[in-house]
Amino acid sequence: MNKVKHNPLNILAVHAILVIYTVIALFPVVVIILNSFKTRKAIFREPLALPNADSFSLAGYETVLKQGDYFGYFQNSMIVTVVSLFFILLFGAMAAFALSEYRFKGNTLMGLYLAIGIMIPIRLGTVSILQIMVASGLVNTLTALILVYTASGLPLAIFILSEFMRQVSADLKDAGRIDGLSEYRIFFFLVLPLVRPALATVAVFNMIPIWNDLWFPLILASGEETKTLTLGSQVFIGQFVTDWNAVLSGLSMAILPVMLLYIIFSKQLIRGITSGAVK
Amino acid sequence: MGSLTLKNINKSFGSVLVLKDISLEVEDGEFVIFVGPSGCGKSTLLRIIAGLEDATSGDVLIAGKRVNTTPSSKRGIAMVFQTYALYPHLSVRNNMSLGLKQAKRPKAYIEERVKVASDMLELGPYLDRRPAELSGGQRQRVAIGRALVRNPELFLFDEPLSNLDAALRVNTRLEIARLHRQLETTMVYVTHDQVEAMTLADKIVVLQDGRVEQIGSPMALYNDPDNIFVAGFIGSPAMNFLPGSVIGDSARTIGLRPEMIMLGDEGEIEGEISHLEHLGADTNVYVRVGEQLVTVRYMGQTDYEIGSKTMLSYSLAALFRFDEKGRRIRG
Ligand SMILES: Nc1ncnc2c1ncn2[C@@H]1O[C@H](COP(=O)(O)OP(=O)(O)OP(=O)(O)O)[C@@H](O)[C@H]1O
Ligand SMILES: [Mg+2]
Repeated sequence: MNKVKHNPLNILAVHAILVIYTVIALFPVVVIILNSFKTRKAIFREPLALPNADSFSLAGYETVLKQGDYFGYFQNSMIVTVVSLFFILLFGAMAAFALSEYRFKGNTLMGLYLAIGIMIPIRLGTVSILQIMVASGLVNTLTALILVYTASGLPLAIFILSEFMRQVSADLKDAGRIDGLSEYRIFFFLVLPLVRPALATVAVFNMIPIWNDLWFPLILASGEETKTLTLGSQVFIGQFVTDWNAVLSGLSMAILPVMLLYIIFSKQLIRGITSGAVK
Repeated sequence: MGSLTLKNINKSFGSVLVLKDISLEVEDGEFVIFVGPSGCGKSTLLRIIAGLEDATSGDVLIAGKRVNTTPSSKRGIAMVFQTYALYPHLSVRNNMSLGLKQAKRPKAYIEERVKVASDMLELGPYLDRRPAELSGGQRQRVAIGRALVRNPELFLFDEPLSNLDAALRVNTRLEIARLHRQLETTMVYVTHDQVEAMTLADKIVVLQDGRVEQIGSPMALYNDPDNIFVAGFIGSPAMNFLPGSVIGDSARTIGLRPEMIMLGDEGEIEGEISHLEHLGADTNVYVRVGEQLVTVRYMGQTDYEIGSKTMLSYSLAALFRFDEKGRRIRG
C-alpha cells in the first residue's frame, strides 16, 4: 500500500488528530460502560474512576435482566432493525436502478416524488399512521414498525443509490445483455456488487435512528410482547427516581449489537471500494 | 450467412433526430468500418444493430432475418466495448464463458471454446486472474476473447482501441486484422480515427450528423470522394481546399491532396513558406497562399527558408472540384 513516501511529520500530525478525535468520541461511551459496573454511590461520588474492589457492582445488570424481558426486547429491536434495513436496501436499490437505467415517461417526476419524503418528517403523519395501523389490525405488531421504518428510509436510499447507479458503466450492463443476462440478473449480479459502498452507507445511515427510535415503538407497539430495547429501558427512568445502575447497564448492552452491525457494514464498505471495476 | 442489412433506419432521442434514413448492405465476411466525427451517431447505429437500442423506424436484418424485436443475446452477435466492460468480480475464464453458460451450452463445449479463444489471443496464463489484475492491453484482449468465444455471425466493435497507447494500438490493430483473416466473419467496427479505418476496412461508411455521406472501399473514398466532407476526412494530412478563383476555375472550391503538390520555381499558384514539420521520412511544408495555409507533403527531408517565395504545381488529374453545396463536380 505504501506507494507514496509520506513525510513522517505529516503522518504524526494526522495520527495525533485522529487519536484526539477518537478519544473525544469514545469518552461518553467509556464512561457509560465504566459506571455500569459501579455501585450507585460510586457513580455519583467519582464518575470518572475505574471500578475497584469497593465500588464494583453488577446490580445494574441484575436489575435489567430480572425486570422485564430484556432478551425479548433485544430480539424485537434486532428483528425490526434488520428486516427494515433489508427492505430499505432491496426496494431502494430496485427503484434506484429503474430510475437510473430506463428511459420512460415521467422518469424525472417519479424520481422527485420518491425523493420528496427526505424533506417531510414521517412523524408529522403519526396520527394517520396510527389510524391506518388500527384499521388494518397491525397495532402492537413488529410488522407495523417495519412498515413505518421502511417507508421512512426509502426516500434517502433511493436518492443516494440512484446517484451511484448512474455511475455504473452502461457498457457493463450492455455486455451483460448481450451475454443473455436477464434484467434481474444484471441488477443483482452486476450492479449491486458495484454499488456496495453506497449500500453500506445507506445501511449505516438508517440503522442507528431505527435502533434508537422511541417514538413509534411507544405509539404503535407498546405492548410487552413487542417492546423494543429503547422502549424497554425506559422503565428505569422515572419521573422522580431513576435507577441509574440499570439505565447505564441497559445502554451498555444496547451498544453492542449496533457496533456489530456497523463492523459488518464497514467491512463491506471497504471491500466495495477496493474491487477493481471497469477501466 | 453473416450479412447485415439496414433499411431506412431513423433514430431520435426525444425530439433530436440523431440517425437519418440510414440504409446499408454488408456482405458476408466483410470488414465494415463506420467513421465520422464525434457525436455523428456511430455508436448509436452500432447499438441499434446490437439490439441495445430500438430504432425509431426502419429494419435491421441479420443473415436475412428481420431482428427488430429479437433480444441482443439471440441475434448471433458479439460486441467489444470501448471501456472493455469486463465483469470486475469474475475471472478471465468466467468473463469469457458467461455468455455460453447463459445459453446453457454443454460444459465440454464451453471449455473448448474458451481454450480456442485464449490460445488465439495468448490469454492462457491469465485465465484465473481478475480484470483488475491485468494491464490495459490484456483487458482489451480479454474483451475480444469474450466476443470470440460466442462464435458470432457478426462482430461489433465500438472504438476498441481508443483507450490504448499508440504502440499497443498498432499491435492490436494488426491482431484484429489477423483475426478477421482467420475467422472470415463479418465485422462492423466504429472509430473516429481515419487511419484505423483505412488500414482495416474492406468497406468504409462515412457518417456525418447522422447521415451517410459515402460508402466505399478505402481507396475508392480516397481517390473518388463524393463531397468535400469525405475528401477532407479521408487522408492524412487532410486535403487542402482553396477557392476555385485562385486558379481561375469555375468551381466554388478546389481540393488538392498534400502529397499531390510539388514545390518549385514554376507552378500555377504562388505562395510563401510559413512553417516546416520534419517527420524524418517526409516533411510537411505549410505554404501561405493568400489568406490560407496549404499543406504540402514532401517525401524525404528538405529545407526551405521560412518566408521565401515558392510556386505550387499539381497535375490536373489530382485536382478535385466541388460546387457551392460541397458536392463533387466530376468530369
Ligand atoms: N441516451 C441518449 N439520450 C439522448 N441523446 C443521446 C443518447 N445517446 C446518444 N445521444 C446523442 O446522439 C448523438 C450520437 O451519439 P453517439 O454516441 O452515437 O455518437 P458517436 O458518433 O458514437 O460519437 P463518439 O465518437 O464521440 O463516440 C449525440 O449527439 C448524442 O448526444
Ligand atoms: Mg461512440
